[in-house]
Amino acid sequence: MKNKIDYSSDWNLDPAPESTGHIKLKNKYDLFIGGKWVKPKSGKYFATINPATEQKIADLAEAGQTDVDAAVKAAKKAYDTVWSKLSGKERGKYIYRIARLIQEKAREFSVIESLDSGKVIRESRDIDIPLAAAHFFYYAGWADKLEYAFPNRQPKSLGVAAQITPWNFPMLMIAWKIAPALAAGNTVVLKPAETTSLTALKLAEVIQEAGLPDGVVNIVTGYGKTGAMMVEHKDVAKVAFTGSTGVGKIIMKAIAGTNKKSTMELGGKAANIIFEDAPLDQAVEGIINGIYFNQGHVCCAGSRLFVQESVYEVVLRKLKDRMESLYVGNPMDKNTDIGAINSKKQLDVINNYIKIGKAEGAEIYQPKCKIPKKGFWCKPTLFTNVAQSNRIAQEEIFGPVLAIQTFRTVDEVITKANNTPYGLSAGVWTDKGSKIFNLTSQLKAGVVWANTYNKFDPTSPFGGYKESGHGREGGLHGLEPYLKFD
Amino acid sequence: MAEKDYKLSPRVDQVGIQDRVDRITKRSVKNEAKRKGLYMALNMIDLTTLEGADTDFKIKQLCYKAQHLHDSFPGLPTTAAVCVYPNFVKTAVQEVKGSGVKVASVATAFPSGQSSLEIKLLDTKIAVDNGAHEVDMVISRGKFHSGEYNFVHDEIAAIKEACGKARLKVILETGELGTFDKVRRASDIAMDAGADFIKTSTGKISPAATLPVTLVMLEAIKDYYYETGKMIGMKPAGGISNSKLALQYLLMVKETLGGKWLTNEWFRFGASSLANDVLMQIMKQESGNYQSKEYFSKD
Repeated sequence: MKNKIDYSSDWNLDPAPESTGHIKLKNKYDLFIGGKWVKPKSGKYFATINPATEQKIADLAEAGQTDVDAAVKAAKKAYDTVWSKLSGKERGKYIYRIARLIQEKAREFSVIESLDSGKVIRESRDIDIPLAAAHFFYYAGWADKLEYAFPNRQPKSLGVAAQITPWNFPMLMIAWKIAPALAAGNTVVLKPAETTSLTALKLAEVIQEAGLPDGVVNIVTGYGKTGAMMVEHKDVAKVAFTGSTGVGKIIMKAIAGTNKKSTMELGGKAANIIFEDAPLDQAVEGIINGIYFNQGHVCCAGSRLFVQESVYEVVLRKLKDRMESLYVGNPMDKNTDIGAINSKKQLDVINNYIKIGKAEGAEIYQPKCKIPKKGFWCKPTLFTNVAQSNRIAQEEIFGPVLAIQTFRTVDEVITKANNTPYGLSAGVWTDKGSKIFNLTSQLKAGVVWANTYNKFDPTSPFGGYKESGHGREGGLHGLEPYLKFD
Repeated sequence: MAEKDYKLSPRVDQVGIQDRVDRITKRSVKNEAKRKGLYMALNMIDLTTLEGADTDFKIKQLCYKAQHLHDSFPGLPTTAAVCVYPNFVKTAVQEVKGSGVKVASVATAFPSGQSSLEIKLLDTKIAVDNGAHEVDMVISRGKFHSGEYNFVHDEIAAIKEACGKARLKVILETGELGTFDKVRRASDIAMDAGADFIKTSTGKISPAATLPVTLVMLEAIKDYYYETGKMIGMKPAGGISNSKLALQYLLMVKETLGGKWLTNEWFRFGASSLANDVLMQIMKQESGNYQSKEYFSKD
């Protein structure tokens, strides 16, 4: 290419770190059971670290069988004696109170979220925490309107919900789970992901402050083993899980033949489709938001990019240019676009896929950005010369790695987009309305964004087809999995 | 070669433009970056007066200010230019002589552009003959809305020719164009017709310059550069009156077009009151305190 834009400049931004002095964290966290902090009977604790610095932040209790039993028992008791007897209006008041407290402490929540997960403060401050509060507000509103939500059907609560949340949007996913469960009249035992439990524990403090009756929400920390104990517990009526498809399958096997209801929010390998008549500069912004949002740790990430062949060169050029102005590094800096990879383990997974991509003959591109020495980092990465049969185009990488393919016709791209075991989300970029409707009706994905990507709202249901899971979270649809009907 | 169909200019999506702008407005410019940015902004200002009540005295005051922004504080740059009506060009040229400050003149029946080509050419010629270094013309928005793109193109090309060595800034008056698609289309026409700069607004219509509209135009400049290798300058004008906003514009230029565009050869602010706010921020950077607005000359 004869002309190349040079993005280097002698005018560069100075660090703009968000202050962390105002947050209150304990050195050691116990389990939150029956409205109280209790020491784990297992006696075990594990460390949670800041993935950007590898420094320990706090020790967390590891819940064993006795602890899980105690948590479920507390939830069952709260359900039988208090929560199921309370009117929807009263439940709603508690949920509103939690929402308001999250809003009041939004800054503290977002700083803790970024320290614990490696996600950039811009996102935790502007997306994760405000959206989490919005979910509580939204479902608080449903609590006293359940009777009208499902015409000609009488909804009833289920009992104790076992909820297991992932590490990519720790606080937000907790809100997605707890808010509808409480609105529907259930009580909760929640296990946050082991690498990102701090906002859950902070939420436990908010729940205490809100005066929620003891045992309505119990939060136990630990690894997958702890989650398995919850899933298998006989007094659990409902299992809600967000995480990998692999673990989702294990859970579904475990509850097969029981009466437990389930919601599974699993993996994805979304197609983001750019037609030649799309607003290309904005499509490029959508590609960036689609794959590099939250370091690509997003189940609905637009990780498979399909570009119509006639605009392939220009889209690639624009994309590469845009990547030059992404800031990678300290998540606490307000200017950072891409933060730290959540854990060493996940970094290994991503690096392994990058290796696979190269071995498969795909061409790698990464911008010139520098990354810090300590901590877990991956430059924003894209692969060109990718085939539909490449593993990097088929398997969920869960990192900032984009696989780009070209297509020629609408039918071809629909076939390729649906040619995956997953079906969580997709994106379509075109200036033509009819094309959007054609694709949205043919793409087998729970969410399809048109001329935008990764937009979320509490009123909008979210969930997958095929191996991306079942059940919906958000919106009116998100209530149903927490209710039964006569 | 087939004639270019400007109806096929790239499409622009408002939601995506806003997403990109949000990324930029959320950036935090601090310390040395802020200081340097503020100096840069001062040096990119086209200090403007375009009033019916303008007089030679007013123009002289403006020209002095352009060269001496705040003499009690040494080391400040001058503005890039002063921007005046054609009948004041002679005065302005005399006043800024030897300072490096350029004289820009609006022309072509500014601000409406509702006149014949003869008058527009004459208007331009008078400005240039009197020594204007730069001409800020307006496009015929009526013809543009009627779809007479060739008319608009040829008119710009004719004015460009009349400019001779003077650099031509083409004002699209984005506030009258209605959509981002149209802004993009008008940008493409202006660049093809020989614009050295494309400029958002006259300052007489609201909305004047905005970050989203400027981004659309910067993307057009970028595509044109890739296509032709020719650099085109950008001038947002009107409504930019505070430092924070000015720094956001500069960041947008840096992230869209790179460091090469960050000089007053390729980027200008059309503004009358921005300079004082920038000066106030520079003083604040130095002393830690905000000074009263009355410490800075209001011209």
